[in-house]
Amino acid sequence: MLALAGVCAGYGTFQALFDVSLEVRAGESVAVIGPNGAGKTTLLRVISKLIEASAGEITMEGARLNEVPAHEVIAHGIAHVPENRRLFPRLTVEENLRIGAFHRAARAKFAERLGFVFSLFPRLAERRAQPAGTLSGGEQQMCAIGRALMSGPKLLLLDEPSAGLAPVVVQSIFALVKRICGEGYTVLIVEQNVQQVLKVVDRAYLLETGRIKASGTSAELLASQTIRKAYLGL
Amino acid sequence: MEIFDVFLLEAVLNGILLGGLLALLSLGLNLVFGVIDVVWICYAELIMIGMYAVYVLHVQHGWPLVLAMAAAVAIVAALGAALHQFVIRPVLAAEPINQLLVTGGVLFFLQAAATLAFGIEFRNLGVRMPPLQLGEMSFSTPRIIAFAVALAGVVATYLFLTRTYAGIAIRAISQDRAIMPLMGVSPGRIYLLTSALGGALAGLGACLLVLQYDVHPAIGLSFGPITFLVCVLGGLGNLLGGLVAAFIFAQFISVGGFFFHLEWGYVIAFVFFIAVMFWRPQGILGSRG
Repeated sequence: MLALAGVCAGYGTFQALFDVSLEVRAGESVAVIGPNGAGKTTLLRVISKLIEASAGEITMEGARLNEVPAHEVIAHGIAHVPENRRLFPRLTVEENLRIGAFHRAARAKFAERLGFVFSLFPRLAERRAQPAGTLSGGEQQMCAIGRALMSGPKLLLLDEPSAGLAPVVVQSIFALVKRICGEGYTVLIVEQNVQQVLKVVDRAYLLETGRIKASGTSAELLASQTIRKAYLGL
Repeated sequence: MEIFDVFLLEAVLNGILLGGLLALLSLGLNLVFGVIDVVWICYAELIMIGMYAVYVLHVQHGWPLVLAMAAAVAIVAALGAALHQFVIRPVLAAEPINQLLVTGGVLFFLQAAATLAFGIEFRNLGVRMPPLQLGEMSFSTPRIIAFAVALAGVVATYLFLTRTYAGIAIRAISQDRAIMPLMGVSPGRIYLLTSALGGALAGLGACLLVLQYDVHPAIGLSFGPITFLVCVLGGLGNLLGGLVAAFIFAQFISVGGFFFHLEWGYVIAFVFFIAVMFWRPQGILGSRG
């Protein structure tokens, strides 16, 4: 579904990604794990065209994304839940969800998808008229994911959904991610919480200092000595 | 009712009528600042162009007044969009002072262009409407019309900003510009739309002002400063604050003018403004530090 081949990217003179190649197949859930500053967020930002790739190719279902402007990426079926959720705090929950359906093709299905998001997250239905800034951290994450689902994506990019949340909430967020994978969405998730994320995804890539250092199924990575030592503390 | 009370009531009601007009005038400026973070110093000159547009189309070309006004709104909306596209966009990332200077340049450009095109004579539509008598009180009909239309304009803007995708995107972009592309929104297009809407509101204000006042190239100077003060008083960029401030400011002008002298009303209103700036520099409802 999504393929990156030899992608390099950075900010100004600082290069954050070096020759990154990865693939996400339809229906699977894939994680990119790695330490802080490894370039995980940059990787997602390159896919959704918030920054330009300086080399390499990005394709979604065979269509080249390199020349697509950022606001048209969503039309290719990619929705990005950004780091720190980035809800519009002074808009209501429902208005945030409406913005998620801004794209022409999504508007016609607004009511249907709103019903789906509310069935997935009944808490959001209760708080639909409340400013998003007044939600708890976990509810905000639900709203951010719901906002992305409103565009009817095929591929969901999740950037550190567990960051900044209380440990008990983190558990429920991973349960949520698992549920979304179960709903038939293809998911590419970036996480620092390696142990948790490997329990919910099918495969993972290890990204260190902007380079893919390892990849494999979750079971393989959980069994790998390097990952056990460096990321699982075993 | 004592005669004094009747005139006081008349002054209060006139203040409410003026407040509606000030609310509309400040709305466009506030919207543009709140969303794009740029102050259109030349805002009142856009209104001046709108007033001339009504005058030219109605008086010189014989268009029906309502049609001339609709065209004026469209013309100033296009002017607002052009102002963004050709003047603001190149300096969007520049220092705020440079953004002020370029729109200041547009102010002088528009004044000079109007002087060249229309001369310095005062022009008016020649529309005469009898005042509305209410017991012992008398109200100017254009003012009542201006109040009603301004209120309708404010309500329409509110509905647009809360009920439509584009309107919600305008409010969203003022809260977090960087992630708008992830929502499928092109920030450039929303800025252009906001500028056109700001221009349309200036154009509507122009239609209401030209019913009451003569137009001349420097007319922007007579209500431009008040429009800015209302915006700053309410908290620059805060739309609700602007509405509240418009009605408070108008009461100071109208009732202050009643107790002393018409011109003193403005002095009292400005003193009030300065006092508020000491007490709350961010404006009545503003949150900026």
